[in-house]
Amino acid sequence: MTAVQTAPVSRIRVPRRSFAGELRAIKIVWQRELIRFFSDRLRILTSLVQPFLFLFVLGTGLSQLTSGGTGGLSLRTFLYPGILAMAVLFTAMASAASIVWDREFGFLREMLVAPVRRSSIVIGKCAGGATVAAFQGVIVICIAGLVGVPYAPGLVLGVFGIQLLLAFTITAFGVMMSARIKQMQSFMALTQMLILPLYFLSGAVFPASNLPGWLTVLNRIDPLAYAVDPIRRIVFSHLTLDPAVRQRLDAGMTWGSWRVPTLLEVGVVAAIGAVLLAIAIAEFSKTD
Amino acid sequence: MTQPAVATTRLTKRYGDFDAVRGIDLTVESGETFGFLGPNGAGKSTTISMLCTLVTPTGGTASVAGHDIVRERDEVRRNIGLVFQDTTLDGYLTAEQNLRLHAGLYGVPKSELEARLRHVLDMVGLWDRRASKVNTFSGGMKRRLEIGRGLLHSPRVLFLDEPTVGLDPQTRSSIWAYIRELKQAEEITIFLTTHYMDEAENCDRIAIMDHGQIIALDTPEALKAGVGKDRVRIETDDNDKAIAVLAERFGLEATASEGAVTFFVEQGEKFVPTLFGEFPLSIRAVNVARPSLDDVFMSYTGKTMRDAEATAGQRGRDTMAKFRGVRR
Repeated sequence: MTAVQTAPVSRIRVPRRSFAGELRAIKIVWQRELIRFFSDRLRILTSLVQPFLFLFVLGTGLSQLTSGGTGGLSLRTFLYPGILAMAVLFTAMASAASIVWDREFGFLREMLVAPVRRSSIVIGKCAGGATVAAFQGVIVICIAGLVGVPYAPGLVLGVFGIQLLLAFTITAFGVMMSARIKQMQSFMALTQMLILPLYFLSGAVFPASNLPGWLTVLNRIDPLAYAVDPIRRIVFSHLTLDPAVRQRLDAGMTWGSWRVPTLLEVGVVAAIGAVLLAIAIAEFSKTD
Repeated sequence: MTQPAVATTRLTKRYGDFDAVRGIDLTVESGETFGFLGPNGAGKSTTISMLCTLVTPTGGTASVAGHDIVRERDEVRRNIGLVFQDTTLDGYLTAEQNLRLHAGLYGVPKSELEARLRHVLDMVGLWDRRASKVNTFSGGMKRRLEIGRGLLHSPRVLFLDEPTVGLDPQTRSSIWAYIRELKQAEEITIFLTTHYMDEAENCDRIAIMDHGQIIALDTPEALKAGVGKDRVRIETDDNDKAIAVLAERFGLEATASEGAVTFFVEQGEKFVPTLFGEFPLSIRAVNVARPSLDDVFMSYTGKTMRDAEATAGQRGRDTMAKFRGVRR
């Protein structure tokens, strides 16, 4: 046991709450997510397994059945935009789950009792999840060449931007749910139940045009669809395709017969994210 | 510093139809080590949670370091350190990373941080292990790190909720050694809860809690002196008969537990020779003890802490579980 220092150690004065203090708290919670993510290399790898499985195994295998339907375009290339969204979806959900872990392992309480706003903690958590998920997204962007998609700056930046936004929205959703769902098992069961329907309905694995009515409705209310469609538009705008093939594979999101503009689609994702974030903050600001 | 570290008036917390804390009045002076003693489910943790602003009272008022716990929540938080029953460290981070994170959340000025880090890590004896992940720490080391972290921002009041629960006896006593040292090194009020009688002896004053109320509040010595009687335990061949004899011949109310008969009597040492002279049964063993805090608890509630835990604890847990299910 070390002897206690008798030399006078200045008494720390905790400063009053300030805007700078809140920013610092956001940064600290954000940083912690990054430290934890990058110290867990296994997680970086495992969350890429499913996207790569879909892209290379399903994409290659199913292309034997679909080669006529894609008009010469590789099925892998068609699936690629959806995979860009999928990588983000999985990682962001896992990040959101970490707040449930934080609760189970008690660390959440350390953050909740600190003299900072709960909103700073929630925002830091969402920003951290978004950063981590977008990092996974970048890895998937990096393999564009393998599926015949060019590395155009506009494509990379556009896709990355949408990924970042999507990641934030999904993390906000997860954080909101974690305010109510206290057990990891329940949270996992919930995400498992949600992820695949969200993914399949989003049009990530098939064109969202000319679907039966019920499926069209489900596709239009799937928030993920509003991220997948603009990613596909950006990717396809950098491919040289026969106009008929483009029309069939990248018809784009429509409301009735109105083609929804890319910016509005992105706006939908952002708006949902903002609403979920607000709910998450409200939930975490409550005390017993 | 003349204002009290903690002051409460009729502090109350109801969960549904369960009164977890029923109108607590107490004042803890600056620099005091104050203990809450009571069985699990007595309302100790709920009271601490209210004082720490984690739970909002349903009645009464309280101030910590001169700030109201409801209206000046932030001021309270800036002035308190907390060590919970369950660990709140991030096991995937190193000891130092945990402390830096805490310093950031509390806004410890950068210019003072390095010296302060060194100081608290030295104090809890973990300076050499600062770069190790917390997951590799033993239970005692984690608790020490939490105490160190709780002190990092120089709180005026340090709340320790069952600081030694789940630790082995040796580690428990070393934690207490740290707490005593800390009193020397820091100008601080310590407010703790425990259900270990022997630990409560370390406090300047103790409040004994049962069923959400304070049933006694004084120094450990005064509380024990208040009982006035010594505890005598005897072992006989026929305990039932011994109890009957004690009642008939000496007017003493005795109870049997763990193969022995226990009763309370003034000046136990002087009573034992009388007992041996007049007792019709053979006595195999005898033990006389000064009253302990457990006896104090028993004299106020008519039951042992252990019995109280079996009933109150269960009652509390059931209701809390029900409540948690709704929302928390």
